[in-house]
Amino acid sequence: MISMNKVSKQYGSFHVLTDCTTQVQKGEVIVVCGPSGSGKSTLIKCVNGLEPFQSGEIIVNGVSVGDPRTNLSKLRSTVGMVFQNFELFPHMSIIDNLGIAQTKVLGRSQEQAREKGFKLLDRVGLREQAEKYPGQLSGGQQQRVAIARALAMDPICMLFDEPTSALDPEMVNEVLDVMTELAQEGMTMMCVTHEMGFAKRVASRVIFMDQGRIVEDDSKEAFFEHARSERAQQFLAKILHH
Amino acid sequence: MHEFDWSSIPNALPFLWDGMKISLEITVTAVIFGIVWGTLLALMRLSSIKPLSWFAAGYVNLFRAIPLVMVLLWFFLIVPHLLESLFGLPRGSDMRLSSAIAGFALFEAAYYSEIIRAGIQSVPKGQMAAASALGMTYGQSMRLVVLPQAFRNMVPLLLTQGIILFQDTSLVYVSALADFFGAAYKVGDRDGRLVELLLFAGAVYFVICFTASRIVRYYQNKLKTA
Amino acid sequence: MAYNWNWGVFLQPTATGGDETYLGWMFYGFKMTIALSLSAWLIALAVGAVVGVLRTVPNKWLSGFATAYVEVFRNIPLLVQLFLWYFVIPELLPEKVGNAFKQTNPILQQFLASMVCLALFTSARVAEQVRSGINSLPPGQKNAGLAMGFTLPQTYRYVMLPMAVRLIVPPLTSEFLNIFKNSAVCSTIGLLELAAQGRQLVDYTAQPYESFIAVTIAYLLINVVVMFGMRWVEGHVRVPGYIGGK
Repeated sequence: MISMNKVSKQYGSFHVLTDCTTQVQKGEVIVVCGPSGSGKSTLIKCVNGLEPFQSGEIIVNGVSVGDPRTNLSKLRSTVGMVFQNFELFPHMSIIDNLGIAQTKVLGRSQEQAREKGFKLLDRVGLREQAEKYPGQLSGGQQQRVAIARALAMDPICMLFDEPTSALDPEMVNEVLDVMTELAQEGMTMMCVTHEMGFAKRVASRVIFMDQGRIVEDDSKEAFFEHARSERAQQFLAKILHH
Repeated sequence: MHEFDWSSIPNALPFLWDGMKISLEITVTAVIFGIVWGTLLALMRLSSIKPLSWFAAGYVNLFRAIPLVMVLLWFFLIVPHLLESLFGLPRGSDMRLSSAIAGFALFEAAYYSEIIRAGIQSVPKGQMAAASALGMTYGQSMRLVVLPQAFRNMVPLLLTQGIILFQDTSLVYVSALADFFGAAYKVGDRDGRLVELLLFAGAVYFVICFTASRIVRYYQNKLKTA
Repeated sequence: MAYNWNWGVFLQPTATGGDETYLGWMFYGFKMTIALSLSAWLIALAVGAVVGVLRTVPNKWLSGFATAYVEVFRNIPLLVQLFLWYFVIPELLPEKVGNAFKQTNPILQQFLASMVCLALFTSARVAEQVRSGINSLPPGQKNAGLAMGFTLPQTYRYVMLPMAVRLIVPPLTSEFLNIFKNSAVCSTIGLLELAAQGRQLVDYTAQPYESFIAVTIAYLLINVVVMFGMRWVEGHVRVPGYIGGK
């Protein structure tokens, strides 16, 4: 589904990503973790071409992301993405947030888009909020809407960029629950997150990054029980102490 | 197509320079008086004494609602007569320069006071409280603690307003006062070379204002990183 | 102070004969100010929106052009720009076009030069507001639009511009007020708008106070109407639950 081969990116002399190689199979849930500034957000943004990279190759569903001939918009419409700060469109009602790309990008009719939107809002438990605006919802609700918005495009896989790190603690679980359900239904997912409980529950594999390199790429059992690198052990010790 | 002839410019340079001196004189004096009077207006506006705050609000809103050209016309056509009849000055004494400066200063003070008011309000409230807690009076707290911080943040805006004022000085044209633009117009009109002189004047204003705004931006960035 | 107040002067027939009154003159000037400012404002909004967007696009040539545009119109005094449009540009145009312009009705000439001048002068300021509106949006919004499969123009059209436009209504209000005030500069090329009529009234009636007070009040009136109008607009585009912009 997603294949990365020796992906590197640099700003001037600063290496953001160095030789990152990994594979994501259909139905896998990959959790990407690592200290801040390790390049994990950049890596996930490279997958749908939001961040350009200088060398290496990323193939998503048979399409090369770095190829200048690739229609990136078309590719992105098949890859769902959820952001740290939700990024709902504040000037549109919730249901319009779910509908806008369905009509303007996929060419669905207004009715189809609304119907699909309501179905997904039901699923994330927010149907009553459909006519409200993003600013009137709590952070957790907004992030659930953002997930529904991405799902409305019938994506072949989903990218999550720290979906819970801007949330108040009491709202983290409602978002993780939606993600867990999604994973159990077999959605292919790549999640940048520090939620190790989530990783233990649903991840197929865990990728640990440090200073722009993929340091560990292993099954979750292997990662949590005997991480090989010292950096990953330190990281786990810090994060699991809480 | 027009055939350009720039030959009248070199000979006119001393005259144009005299005009530029007038433009600069008006700008500098009006900026100084504008900032002083503007600061007083801002303090009045923020004061808890209602009549003072009403007066300042009325003054600022009035001057910001009418065109500068109108203000200048008031000062050229009406205020001199008023002063003549009030103080018995000799008729027809040339007060154009001083009335221009007065007009600009009073007009710009309204704009300066808004910048300064925003600057004062941008200083965190805790600063005033901390100064009072040290036993300073309201005046001392303002003068020693709040205003210095406010001005430091405001300098770029005040300078930018000064550049705008410099551009606006060209409007003294309505009183036939020979500032830089007026001088350029006169030379062009006299020699039948209006096209060249107007282009020259435009270029000079552009170079001065563009350079000045670059310097202000440089300073602003330095302030931000400091 | 020996001044004879005479507010009745506005109802007197003008000294130029005919049955027009001085009030009629004032009203003519008022209409001219409104027509000039509104037409220039519409052009300024359209041009300013395009230039402002160009300043933010990831293309060096387009954003460079837009930056140069803004710098030129911002760093030359309005009066100088007006004289350039009125006296200089017709000379520099191809002879046919220039002559055609010079042979039209002089009032139309003054109006056109004034309108173009005010429109482009203001468009540079509108462009700056549009740019800062776009730049003040959270950076993730653009990515969110792109990530959903929108093209860059679609992202501007559906995501960034609708929000940016709402954010800049308050600063645009003051630009809108400015264009009315700036239109007074056009009296210098002989356009008989409000300020020019006020001046003419002084010359004809020897009642300078009444004339200037009346003109000043007319400007205050415009100011108040525009402010209420824009406040109404502001209320109508407000986004529920969205506090401030910055």
